[in-house]
Parts: sequence; structure tokens; C-alpha cells
Amino acid sequence: MTMHELSIAMSIVELAEEEAERRGVQVTAVHLRLGALSGVMKEALLGSYEMACEESPLKGSRLIIEEVPVAIVCSRCQTQRPIRSIQLFCCEECGTPASEIVQGKEIEVFALEIAECQSPV
Amino acid sequence: MPEPRLIEVRKNVLKQNDLTARALREQFRAAGVFVVSLVSSPGSGKTMFLEKTLTLLRQNYRVAALVGDLATENDAVRLARSRAPVKQITTGTLCHLEAAMVQNALREWNLDDLDFLFIENVGNLVCPSSYDLGENLRLVLISVTEGEDKPLKYPTIFNSADVAVVTKMDLAAAVEFDWQAAYGNIQAVRPGMQVSKLSAKTGEGMEEYIGFLKVRLDELRVGVSA
Repeated sequence: MTMHELSIAMSIVELAEEEAERRGVQVTAVHLRLGALSGVMKEALLGSYEMACEESPLKGSRLIIEEVPVAIVCSRCQTQRPIRSIQLFCCEECGTPASEIVQGKEIEVFALEIAECQSPV
Repeated sequence: MPEPRLIEVRKNVLKQNDLTARALREQFRAAGVFVVSLVSSPGSGKTMFLEKTLTLLRQNYRVAALVGDLATENDAVRLARSRAPVKQITTGTLCHLEAAMVQNALREWNLDDLDFLFIENVGNLVCPSSYDLGENLRLVLISVTEGEDKPLKYPTIFNSADVAVVTKMDLAAAVEFDWQAAYGNIQAVRPGMQVSKLSAKTGEGMEEYIGFLKVRLDELRVGVSA
């Protein structure tokens, strides 16, 4: 079974590596915001992350995933609301069908946990 | 032991793909070509549907197709029967198309020579949903033989699509396909989505669908010249 989670994991590692190099730091953990509509499975991504870290400066680092639920703008309530479920795109509050999605698609490296590199003596 | 510290980054992991897709969309708009991508599970009739679409549109329009496949070139060979230009993108182990693959495949083609471009994604209802290809319209296909609950099992891909097409309607009675249930499930995960039903084999519903594509091309071009 081929998984796009591996290519996503490799992009995460690449992105974190670039940031780490630019700032001269060592990454110990990557914090990721993952939307419920991102099309990426959390478990598969966690498994792939370890593989993607092999032979990179991030080897041994952790991936910490924050799951982001879907939010819509309800045309009736005129405000941001959650949906009833991923199988029912209706305003949780009033049940109006909703199509304007404002949250839930993100695959975002939110923060890096770092250890300062010690300057060579 | 240095103390761990948190630094904020806030970077989109698929930024590169999104940027390439945006550039492609702008290129398509400037050339006045309407781009449709097709997603579905394997065996839903994408290739047959696309072959018929190309054949019908070719009578009055300049059409071409890119087709993604894991390993074989069978689909490209089948689509070539429509006599439209077809190019295969063999993805190898990759389960989806990415914008850069579309960009590479289009290098030798002049977009100004086209009215419609179709992109057939790899048969897969999971992975393609995350990747914008720069298309104007993403079409998700579901065949009557797959069961009415497909949209509920794969809400993300249905939600990422713009229109849905129910294929193989000629088999609907034989498999006791429940149109109302399928339509209701699609509306549950993507309220307001347009749903067409057709059979590429018998031609049922194809004319209406072709008419819809023509309207969308005209709309795109009005937008460009305005």
C-alpha cells in the first residue's frame, strides 16, 4: 500500500531542517497542526515521520500532532461554528447545511522544539 | 543539557505544491483553457467516461488529457482511441498526482492550442484530496456498483471536489442502486454540490454533462476578457 503520508512526512522533515539550519539550532520535536479535512491520517503520518527522519539531522526527534476540527461559517448564525460530524456538514448549533469551510484543511508546521547548539570550544 | 525551547514557525507543509498549482491556474486562465481533474476509486469508470467525453468534445473543441497511473500505460492507450492528444504520467509508487508533475507533463504542449484539458488522477479516494493541481473543476466519480455510502466513507475527497458524477447508470437497476440515498449522502458531506447521473456506455446523461462543460468554458473566457 502506497501512502502519501510518507511524502508529507518528508516535506515536514525538509521544512524543519531548513528552519533549524537557518537558525543554527537542533530540533527535538516538531509541532504540527493537522486538519480533519487535510486528507492525512494521523497514525500513518506518525509512522512515516520516523522513517523520514532517518539519515537526517532530525533523527530521534518527535512529531507532536494537534488535530484541528472542521469549522464553518454558518449562513444563518452568521458566525463560525463546528459541524455536526465529518459525515454531516451542518452547523452544529442550528443544523443549516454549510459549505464555507474556514478551518480543518491545515497541514502546518506550527512550532519547533529546539535545543540550542553549543558553540564549539 | 540545554533546556528545550519552543519557536513558532507556522509554515504550510504543502506550500510548494500550492504555489505551483496557483501558477498553473494562472497559466490556464491566461490561455483560456478549462481544466477538469477527475478523482475516484479504481474501477469507477473514469477512463471510459473520459474517453467518451473527449470523443464528444473533440467534434467542436480542442481537447487533451493527462492521465496518472501507478505503473501501466493502459489508460493512455485506451484514451488515445478518442484521437485527442493524451499523455501518461506514471507515478511509480506515488498514490496521487502533484502540481509539479502536471507542470512537467505540460512542458511540450502549447496551452493556447487547447480549449479543454482533462487530468485523470490515480484511482484513489484518499491521497489526491490534499493536492491542488491548479484545475478549474474537480470532479469526483462514483459508480452505481460501489454502494451509496461511498461519500460517507470518504468525506474528505467528496468535500474537496466541485461536482460529482454518478457513473454506470445502465447498471443501476441490476445492482438496486438507491439514487436518493446516494444523492443524500453526497449532500451531507458537501451541501449544495451538483450531482449528475450518466452512463458513458449508453450515452445517457452525456449530452447534458457536455453542455455543462461548455457553459463553464464560456464563463472562464468571459472572465478572462472582462
